[in-house]
Amino acid sequence: MTSAYTTVCALADIHVESGVAALVEGRAVAVFRTYAGDVFALSNYDPFSRASVLARGIVGTRTVEGRTVDVVASPMHKQAFDLRTGRCLDDPSVRVPTYDVVVADGMILVDARG
Amino acid sequence: MHTRKRLVVAGHGMVGHRFVQAAIERGLTETHDIVVIGEEPRPAYDRVGLTSWFEVGSAELSLLPSGEYDDPRVRLILGTPVTAVDRDACTVTLAGGAVLDYDELVLATGAAPFVPPVPGTDLRNVFVYRTIEDLEAIAAAARTACSGAVIGGGLLGLEAANALRGLGLETHVVEMNPRLMSVQVDEAGGRVLGRHIEGLGITIHTDRATEAILGDGRCAGLRFRGVEEPLPVDLVVFSAGIRPRDGLARAAGLEVAERGGVLVDEQCRSSDPHVWAIGECAAPAGRMYGLVAPGYAMAEVVVDALLGGAGRFEGADMSTKLKLMGVDVASFGDAFGTTPDCLELVFNDAVAGVYKKLVISADGRRLLGGILVGDASAYGVLRPMVGAGIELPANPEELILPAASGNGPQLTLPADAQVCSCNNVTKGEIEAAVDAGCHSAAEVTEATRAGATCGSCKVQVKKIVEDHFAAQGRTVDRSLCEHFRLTRAELFDVVLVHGYRSFDEIVAAHGTGRGCDVCKPTVASILASQLSGHVLAEGRHTLQDTNDAYLGNLQKNGTYSVVPRIPGGEITPEGLIAIGEVAREFGLYTKITGGQRIDLLGARMEQLPAIWRRLVDAGFESGHAYGKSLRTVKSCVGSTWCRYGVQDSVGLAIELELRYRGLRSPHKLKGGVSGCARECAEARGKDFGIIATERGWNLYVGGNGGAVPAHARLLAGDLSTEELIRCLDRFLMYYIRTADRLQRTSAWLDAVEGGLDRVREIVVDDALGLGAELERAMARHIDSYVDEWRATVEDPEKLRRFVSFVNAPEVPDPNISFGVARGQIVPAVPDGPVLVSGAVIPVGGAR
Repeated sequence: MTSAYTTVCALADIHVESGVAALVEGRAVAVFRTYAGDVFALSNYDPFSRASVLARGIVGTRTVEGRTVDVVASPMHKQAFDLRTGRCLDDPSVRVPTYDVVVADGMILVDARG
Repeated sequence: MHTRKRLVVAGHGMVGHRFVQAAIERGLTETHDIVVIGEEPRPAYDRVGLTSWFEVGSAELSLLPSGEYDDPRVRLILGTPVTAVDRDACTVTLAGGAVLDYDELVLATGAAPFVPPVPGTDLRNVFVYRTIEDLEAIAAAARTACSGAVIGGGLLGLEAANALRGLGLETHVVEMNPRLMSVQVDEAGGRVLGRHIEGLGITIHTDRATEAILGDGRCAGLRFRGVEEPLPVDLVVFSAGIRPRDGLARAAGLEVAERGGVLVDEQCRSSDPHVWAIGECAAPAGRMYGLVAPGYAMAEVVVDALLGGAGRFEGADMSTKLKLMGVDVASFGDAFGTTPDCLELVFNDAVAGVYKKLVISADGRRLLGGILVGDASAYGVLRPMVGAGIELPANPEELILPAASGNGPQLTLPADAQVCSCNNVTKGEIEAAVDAGCHSAAEVTEATRAGATCGSCKVQVKKIVEDHFAAQGRTVDRSLCEHFRLTRAELFDVVLVHGYRSFDEIVAAHGTGRGCDVCKPTVASILASQLSGHVLAEGRHTLQDTNDAYLGNLQKNGTYSVVPRIPGGEITPEGLIAIGEVAREFGLYTKITGGQRIDLLGARMEQLPAIWRRLVDAGFESGHAYGKSLRTVKSCVGSTWCRYGVQDSVGLAIELELRYRGLRSPHKLKGGVSGCARECAEARGKDFGIIATERGWNLYVGGNGGAVPAHARLLAGDLSTEELIRCLDRFLMYYIRTADRLQRTSAWLDAVEGGLDRVREIVVDDALGLGAELERAMARHIDSYVDEWRATVEDPEKLRRFVSFVNAPEVPDPNISFGVARGQIVPAVPDGPVLVSGAVIPVGGAR
């Protein structure tokens, strides 16, 4: 079902350990690139502050039960979200939607059907 | 039916003030109206710190800066002596004739300086040293004098001598006894002290009884008994002890002690059950106490008695510790060894100017007292041992030998050992305050008052707090975050020593993981301080908080604020119009900030470059309102326009704001410059505040507004502009190097070992020899400053990030919308994420 993916930008358009906002099927999506080179897509909407800002958060890691988890911290009030699952590490009852991503030929494609 | 009683307090000095505070705190005002009558023109002030008036002025010394108590049932009448007490009618008469009824009367009239009955005391330029008015008169007379003498070489006399020296006079101290400070120190200690003081250029005359003050209308010299040659001096200050002011009590027929003072019982009640006396005017068991701590204790006892309590005043600890002209002097317990069969242990290093004596019980097991001159660092440990019944270690000499000989014996004070003698706080109470949730010595001081009066026990309080943390297994973990087991200051040094240029290098060498929102902006700030490049250079925008990453302050709806720099708050009409036009064109909300500039709110991220291009073209630059960096230097209009101004505060504020603009720091930094003592720029509410004097500038540091307001404290006085800038360069750089993340200057000054005094030694006196390096670091910052916004709008690479969507830069973020209030835009908050089509997606779990 390659037709569900939207090309958003080149991998090189995202600095290591940062994010960009992209528009995918009307949705604001935050696309992140980690130090290890993984790419993740989450909803750009921060449910705590109710603003569309997650792509502007600082990307880093947090140790959870001995594991190193890639996270983004909301630029608004610093809650950390697990880039893989969208789960908020500071309040496990909150989760933001995550979207499938593929990197092909140096381009990033996101499936935002949810 | 209850009728309220009236309590009259005669006297509003330190002890009268403490009485009223205690009465309010303990609920005495629920049943009593209190009228306090003060003779001096101002509310109570810190008389113990009187000498610092020459540096800091009256406001800083005040114990009641607002001029009134925060309790409507207390009335304060100032500038009015009580002239008579009528015990039959239960009234007091005030100067001016007013008569007040009382149910209870508390005498807190203090003491007066003793002036010996010698000829010439009525001449001009003959002073005492007791009130702010006395000091004002001395300062005025010193302008036309070259030399001065203080009669009395006690504690206060030496303070007065230091003041005369500070006023530029050739200074003499005249003492009847064979040594200085004869109440506190013995002969050997007095000799060591004398040498220190003579080293400062003060001449000491011991064994001298003043027979007459010479002069024709004005003091010209002193004649001593049995000495032919008079001592020529232009002014003289008497500091030959104090006498209780018991005149009101005598006239009212109350019993007084043989050596003066209102005779009171253990509850401080006089021979009339409705008249009480506290402080220096009182003589419990016939003895008067010339220190503030016993006076405070008496105040508490009387409040307790009026509440029906049984508290008693049972004498006081007369221990003293002070720093006189830079020399530590301490005396405690049985300092002169009057206990039968006691033993003395003495360490005397005449070369270093250190004298220490311990008085020990005959069996060698208990400490009875001691004297310390030149180094009183052991006082905090030694004084509580007296009377606390702690067994001395087997090698008590270790207690006074220089620290180099080892770690010293470990002593554990019992919980009931008194640590703060001014406010009678025990070690147990300090530990209880920690258990009750205090996180630092500063919080303990706030909660218990331990260390809040003379400050001599502060080091001891800090140690008890830290030991108590350690005993509970609580360590004060100062690591930055899970990625760095270092403090910010340690990280700063590591970066400096190794010359790192990137987060990757630093985390690889000294950290773990890939960082977070705490350590990354900290590293970015440290790199900005050391490399002085653009904050977004070399990919460092990924380390920055969104504010620094987009050079704007993120607002609640995801938009940013735009604040152009307006140095010192000075702006031309053209500048105002340019800002107004930009705001109108981009539809921004405008508001005047507290820092004397203009905030433009509601800018979408993708609009920022266009807005700033317009502002840069109109001559503006970044105001760094988004950064942990210098914000503004606020000013009043100053001597250019103001009819009271004495210096050009606007000119200096602009110079300083331009000098330090762009400087990254552990927290935001604000400055202020006032052109005269009226302080219209509120400079002492700033991290650095400068107030003009007739002779230059006073520099205050460590102020801030916010949730925990702090009043800036004097770092150095009467500086030339050049000296001021040198001090400030060093101060700011030292703060940037050593403070913790998000630690403002006030908290930093409290946390530095040795506090403001230590920072002054380092910054003003260059005690560590760091001055030149700190100045060079600041010079590098100034030389390499570039306007971040100009550099951004001129760099296509940097501009690439300023888009709403990477794949749809022409579509504005639909999540941002505005309403209107009072004619301007305001953020409208949607219920959930907004699609470009306009639909709202409900989000589960969001709050």
